[in-house]
Order: sequence, then structure tokens, then C-alpha cells
Amino acid sequence: MSKVDRILDKYSARVYKNRKLHIIEKTEDNHEISANTRTIPGIMTNRGCCYAGCKGVVLGPIKDVAIITHGPIGCGFYSWGTRRNKARGDKHTKNFVEYCFSTDMQEPDIVFGGEKKLKQAIKEVVEIFDPDAIMICATCPVGLIGDDIHAVAAEAEKLYNRKVVAFSCEGYKGVSQSGGHHIANNGLMRHIIGTGDRVPTKYSINILGEYNIGGDAWEVERILKRIGYDIVVNIPGDSSIHEIENAHIAHLNLVQCHRSINYVADMLKDKYGTSWLKVNFIGVSSTVKSLRDIARYFNDPELTARTEEVIAEELAAIHDEMEYYKSKLKGKTAALFVGGSRSHHYQKLLKDFGVETIMAGYEFAHRDDYEGREVLPFIKEDADSKNIESLRIEKDERRYRLYLSEEQYEKLRKEIPLDYYEGMIKDMEKGTIIIDDMNHFETEEIIRILKPDIFFSGIKDKYVIQKAGILSRQLHSYDYSGPYAGFNGAVNFGRDVLMGLTTPAWGLVKAPWKNSPMIEGHLQEVV
Amino acid sequence: MLDLTPKEITERTALRINPAKTCQPVGAMYAALGVHRCMPHSHGSQGCCSYHRTFLTRHFKDPAIASSSSFTEGASVFGGGSNLKTAVRNIFDIYKPDIIAVHTTCLSETIGDDVGAFIQDMDIEEGKYVVHCHTPSYVGSHITGYGNMIAGFIKYLSRSTGRKHDRLNIIPGFVNPGDMREIKRILDLMGIPFIMLPDTSGVLDAPMLGRYTMYPPGGTRIDDIIAMGDSPLTLALGELACEDPANELKRKCGVDYKLLPLPMGIGATDQFIMALSNFSGHEVPYALEEERGQLIDILLDSHPYFHGKSVAIYGDPDTVLGITGLVLEMGMIPKYVITGTPGEAFTEKAQELFSKFGVTGCTAKAFSDLFELHQWIKNDRVDLLIGGSYGKQIAKAEDIPLVRAGFPILDRYVHSYMPLVGYRGAMRLVEMILNALMDRQDRDCADEDLELVM
Ligand code: SF4
Repeated sequence: MSKVDRILDKYSARVYKNRKLHIIEKTEDNHEISANTRTIPGIMTNRGCCYAGCKGVVLGPIKDVAIITHGPIGCGFYSWGTRRNKARGDKHTKNFVEYCFSTDMQEPDIVFGGEKKLKQAIKEVVEIFDPDAIMICATCPVGLIGDDIHAVAAEAEKLYNRKVVAFSCEGYKGVSQSGGHHIANNGLMRHIIGTGDRVPTKYSINILGEYNIGGDAWEVERILKRIGYDIVVNIPGDSSIHEIENAHIAHLNLVQCHRSINYVADMLKDKYGTSWLKVNFIGVSSTVKSLRDIARYFNDPELTARTEEVIAEELAAIHDEMEYYKSKLKGKTAALFVGGSRSHHYQKLLKDFGVETIMAGYEFAHRDDYEGREVLPFIKEDADSKNIESLRIEKDERRYRLYLSEEQYEKLRKEIPLDYYEGMIKDMEKGTIIIDDMNHFETEEIIRILKPDIFFSGIKDKYVIQKAGILSRQLHSYDYSGPYAGFNGAVNFGRDVLMGLTTPAWGLVKAPWKNSPMIEGHLQEVV
Repeated sequence: MLDLTPKEITERTALRINPAKTCQPVGAMYAALGVHRCMPHSHGSQGCCSYHRTFLTRHFKDPAIASSSSFTEGASVFGGGSNLKTAVRNIFDIYKPDIIAVHTTCLSETIGDDVGAFIQDMDIEEGKYVVHCHTPSYVGSHITGYGNMIAGFIKYLSRSTGRKHDRLNIIPGFVNPGDMREIKRILDLMGIPFIMLPDTSGVLDAPMLGRYTMYPPGGTRIDDIIAMGDSPLTLALGELACEDPANELKRKCGVDYKLLPLPMGIGATDQFIMALSNFSGHEVPYALEEERGQLIDILLDSHPYFHGKSVAIYGDPDTVLGITGLVLEMGMIPKYVITGTPGEAFTEKAQELFSKFGVTGCTAKAFSDLFELHQWIKNDRVDLLIGGSYGKQIAKAEDIPLVRAGFPILDRYVHSYMPLVGYRGAMRLVEMILNALMDRQDRDCADEDLELVM
């Protein structure tokens, strides 16, 4: 039996038929996988919902916006302070990341409608906090009871003379968090990006889709600033709404998490002509490659020289520690199951340490994240994806400009991933397993069949995996450590993984009396 | 930290800021995990289930299993009946539980899914069960959901055959597995056979033995839930969380119940022990008298370090009342006592405690939040905070020591294994309070004032 068949073996015919499209073993010609489709009811999935993708992921990290969750208390509560998107406020920038705002809808609000309460909540947030901007995120019941949050937002925007943007990200929309990313991207593009008037400098860039989990964005920014880049905004980690307003002025967009932010990247290209470059700041070699790719885009000898200088210095600074961790971790095997980018990004970092990835999967990715953007024209729309609006973007004639000539662009596209993402699968070895929307049952099967040394996943799996005797580290929250990005992050990662593998408790699991065959004693004749 | 929170208090009627409660379903999920070989099932969109599992896992640092009906937009329009049917079939097929405990979410409640009817229409294999309860998240809180799920088990399963047995029913409030173990230990010491529903010990404090089992050995047995209908009496340990399920059992099977506070602190534990002794007619064993005496001994010895100190307590109603009782017994001043869960009964009970101990100037409020508590503290501070992890923001902002007790504790370890109930639990809480206050004194005092002996 193939590995894939062994994983699927115990499923009923119905479930088998569905799941077999989501699990593949990489061979020379087999790259196709089914993704971004409904989870079968009853299957213990790791996926979250549209609200989680919109408020929790994309909007939550924007620090100076008061985000009001419109709904019963749960959703707002769960997305309060739990994601580790770090942010710092200052004299001019309020930091609401520590706060949770909700309309805490009660039964009468559901029965008679919640608009009145929402309006009052906006009034109160303005009176108490005077935020520069307000966002409203809908939870499950809101759309069903017919609250028009967009009308409320428009009215409040006039009344209080500041940006108020509503997001219809009810939990049941789409098939995972992914729909919520898209809705958030649309809102940012429609209402915020392009309203600022900052002037670009020579090397103005944006970072897109870096969430500053554990301080990742700060490490990335540190490196880019050393080289001399002017970072207009990182969307959204530790960002301010006023920075986002200016996202249209950059000469280049760096896309870190393709899944959650590619819509903004595409729309910026269509509207303003800005190209995007797929980067990966997770892993030493991939950080180096990304820095060189960016330099090639700007094609300025001085910048290129400075890039090499910084790379050399950074590599020298971490060399000894990297070598040490590599000597300890080399030859280990890993399985990765994370959201929609990290399962790819972290394979590179693991490779830096000589750790081999034997299985990887995404929770809510689309086929292009697995197979590369060349499959985009072939992805069929289904009822669920049709429910998420695709913005039609017109060219902004006044502000549209191309940084490269057509000729330069075509030439460069062959050399660096400009407006292109190759997907995860091409980077994986033959014989590795790829699983989309992996569930609890399959996690147990992977442990049993593939026996990885380390299983990177999230909190819901972590203790399942560890109880089975395998180290599990969370790649959503980094187990409250980090940063893991960039050069310094790589060292942190190596330290944490080695610590996890060598902590003495692993050697104490078996009680001594389980090892000795029998308890000593003397025989008595039984009559 | 929390720099934007103003000192000046303005009235709010719509905006909840920094809540001290969460939604019903997570309570239902917790209760269902306390039944042996049970799969909690969330009938709604999968995000709720994901959030609730995450929340429980973060508190217990142990797997919290649960499945979802994974609603999509279609199900939200046409109803989730077929989703539930498919889900139940798949769960029995793949995860092989003995029982599935369905709770609703605000989505399935808003569209009015008749879950009871869906279940009635199902073909369920002999010996397997599917039960349900309603947990609209726009009513009550996670505490309400906990009670509703227990009532759901009783409604579906408990039977009165007319032949009574001698086992006492215990319905514990929303407490940790460590508390449930302690309650059972006390019952054993009293020599009383019992059925406890739910019982998350052995499930959410499962040991590391080198292999994962989806259904660890803990949890109330289905047969025992059935047999609860023939019990002589139910003790509901949590005046605000446990009355509904106890009442449900009385309604359905005629089992009388006695509503008691969570046995936290001396008075409430005394009440529990007395109720046990009355029930069994047994004398209280020396072992318990010894524990009680040790606790009082500790209080007398250490009183200078906590007497008269003011404290703010926040969290779930029964737990907050229990801690309030203990700190009053210690001679502390529970200056602010809040819960996010709605219900005036909480305020009344807190007031009763205040007047019983003759303290004045203390405020109790239900349906409150941590933002409000913080503003009060900004206007008139306290010496100590007691509650879950979210209070750490206030603790840091105002530089006030924090003792973690209750739900959720997301940022510490071991708490779920240890009790706060009973005399032993009170002893533990007293130790934590003392350590917090005395560490603080050591930290803040001048060098010449550092006391070696205290
Ligand atoms: S949608 Fe409703 S039930 Fe689900 S987490 Fe949010 S408040 Fe709770």
C-alpha cells in the first residue's frame, strides 16, 4: 500500500472519495491537489472561520484602529490578545491591540436588530478613546438578522469625521479563514489605501502579509533598514492606518504571506502599477535570496553592494550558533501543518539546519499556494468562493506608474519571482506527502505511519502529538517565543527546537516498573 | 500597558470593553468533555468550534477534542439539518465515541435549527447516543452553557426506574479537574458513594504515558448518568451555574436537590461537609477535621500579612463568590467583585457576604467587564488582584500583584491539576495570596527593612 493509501485506509467510501483529492505523494508529475473546498461536517478540522481570517488575522494587527466586533461576545473575546501580533504605540499612535471591543449582543438585539446598539457602541468608542479610525467586523448572526453595518459605518464616518469601515465577515462565509482574508483585503483597498499623500523616496517599499508574530516584522525591518530601504508600511503587523493609507506610493511590494495578502498585492498592481515580489524571510538562505532579489529589482550598484555587505555581516554574526544547532539537528525529520504559507516558508529554515521535511500541509490555502500561480486560470469557482466578492479594480490613471520598462520587466521576471509565486510543492522532495486541510484523524495516522521527529502545528494538535511522544512546536504562535524571521530569528528557532528535543522529561516518560519484567518476590506454593 | 484607559468613568450602554466572560458553547464543550467517550459537537460554523477548542487547550494544556457541523453559507440559509446528519455519521465512523453531545452556536440558534427534531430523525446504533442542548451565545455566558449541557445529558439520559440506589449525585460548578478530584476525595473520606456529572478529571489533566488516546479513562460513565435518575439526592455545587441541571433532574426523575455554594473557603466548605454528613448520617472523619484545623492554624499564624488588605476579584460568578468568601474569612476587604456573566443573583449574594462580615464600601457587579474594573482601580486602587489571565494587563498597568485563580488561565501551568475547593484548596489559595503579598513586600521595601524572618 502506498503511504497515501495507508493514511486513507480506514475512511468510509464517502469520506475516502473526498479526502483522497486532498492528499498526495509527490512524484515527478503529480502536483495537483484539491484545496479551498468545504470541510466535511463532523471531521475534526483545524480550520477557523471567515471572521477569524478577517478580524483575527488581517485587521487585528493594525494598532491605531478601534475594531468593534459586532456580535455576541465569543468571537471578540477569543480574538483578544491571543495571536501574538506585537505592536508598540507612541505619542502619536494609539495602540488598541491590548483591547477588545464588542457590542456583546443580547437576545433583544438579535430579535429586534442590532444596529441601534452598534451605533451607540461607535459613539462610546469615540467618546472614550477618540480613535483615528474605526472598523466594524460582523460575526455569524449579523448578516442573518439583516443589520446593515455598512450603512451604519457610512453614517458614523460623516458624524464623527473619521474613517469608519465595516467588514461583512460572518463566520459562515467561505470555507475557512481564507474568505475573511479576502474580505479584509478588499476593505483595505477600497477604503484606506491610496488616501495618503506621502512622497516616495528612492527605495520605498512595502512589506505585505507579515504579521509581526513574536516580533518577526521588527527583525525583517531591522535588516531592510540596515540596507537602506524606506519601508512605507508593513501590512498589517504593527502598522498604523496612516501608513496603510500610503501603501500606493511604494516602488515595490514584498509579499511574505501569499495566501492572506495576495489580493492587495494584485490590486495594487492593477490600480497603481506596482509590482510585487514573493519573498520569504523565514530561513537564512531564503532571507539572503530575498534580499538579493529585491536588490536586483532596484538594480542600483550601490544598493547591491550594501546588500552584500549587510548579508556578509549578518551571516558572520550568527555563523557559530547556526553551525552548532545544525550539528545537533541534522538528519531529523519534520512534518508541518500550518495555515497558508508557513508550511512552505519553514521548510527552508529547517533545511538550513539539515532537517528534512517529510510531510507538509496547509489549513486554508488555495491550489496556487500548492501548485504555483500558473494554475490560477484553471481553478474552478464554486458556490463557496463565489460568495466572496472579487473587487473589480480600475487603473488609477493619475497615479499609475511603472517602475520598470516593459523590457526590463520581462527580463527580470525570468530571474526573480516578480508577480509570481511558485507554490510549495515544487520545493518539496519526491516521496514527501502533501495534505490539504489535514484533520485530527490524519494527524494521528501521520504520526503512526511517518513517525516524524518533530511535528510543527498549532495549539489544537500540539498536545495530541506530544502525548504520542513526538515534539510539537506551534508555528502559529511560536510557543510564545520568537522572532523566528530573518537572521536572528533563525538562531532562536534552532535553539527552541533543540531545547524541545532534548528536554530531559522525554527520557522520564516510562516509569521504571514498566521496564522490569516482574516484581521481585518469592513464590509460595498454592494448595 | 492599557495606556488608553481613562480614569474618568463614563456611562456605557452598548460597548463591551475587555470582557470578563465568553460565550455559551465553550461551557457546553467543557461539560461534554467530562463525560467518558463523549465527542462534543458544535452545530454551527467551524470557527466557533476552533475557537472553543483553542481556548480550552490553552487553559488546560491538554487536547480538547470536538467536532463541528461546518456550516457554509448554504447551510445558514437552508438550515443545518443535513450537515448535522452527515457529521454524526462521520463522527461515529471515524472517531468512534459512545456519545455525541451537540450544542448550538449563535448561528444555528439565529436561523432556528430544530436540533432535537434532527436527532430524532437519525438512525443511531444501539448503545450509542446523541444528545443536545441549546447554547445561544447571546444569552448568559459560558457558565450558562456549562449548565445547559449538563441539563442536556440529564434530559436525554437519566431515568427513574422507581428503584432508588444510595449514590449521591454531585453536579460540580465550572471548576478545574483538580477541583473535581478534590471533591471526589472529600466524598471518599466521608465514605459516600456518588455519581458526579460532569467529571473532567482524567480527561483534561491526562498524564503523559507515551501514547495518545482520544478518550482517556476519565469522565462520567453514561450508565451513571442514566442512574442519576434513581439517586436519593443531588448536591449542586455552584449556586449560579448548577441550579438548572439539578432542577432538570428533579423535574424529570423527581430527584430532590440541594443548592450549595462552590465549596471554596471555610464557610462554604463547611456547608458542603455538613450537607454530606446530613445525607449519610456519618460523622465527619478526623482527616477532614485535621485539614480544617490546619487551615485555621495557617490563617491565625499569617494574618498580619493579609489582614485589611483590599482586593479586586473578577471571573465566573460562583468562583468569584467563593474567593470573596475566603478573603472575607481572612480579614481582607473584597473591594471590587465583578463577573461578566449577567444575573443580579450574583450581586445579591456578594452583598450578603459583605454584610455577613460587616465590611462596607465594597462594590459587586454582574455583567461588568475588566475595563470598568480597571477604571475603578484607577480611581481607588487595591492591594491585590485575583482572577484569570486577562487581569495581568491591569496588574502590569497599575503595578498590583495578581493571584491567578479561575478561568481562563492561559499563561501559567499546573493550575488545572490543583484544587481551589475544599480546605486543601483554600490552603493553596491562602498560600498563593500570601506569597504574592509577601513577595511584594520584599520587593518594595528598603534594604534595611528586608525581613529574614516573617
Ligand atoms: S459565532 Fe457565536 S457561538 Fe461562535 S464563537 Fe462567536 S459568539 Fe460564540
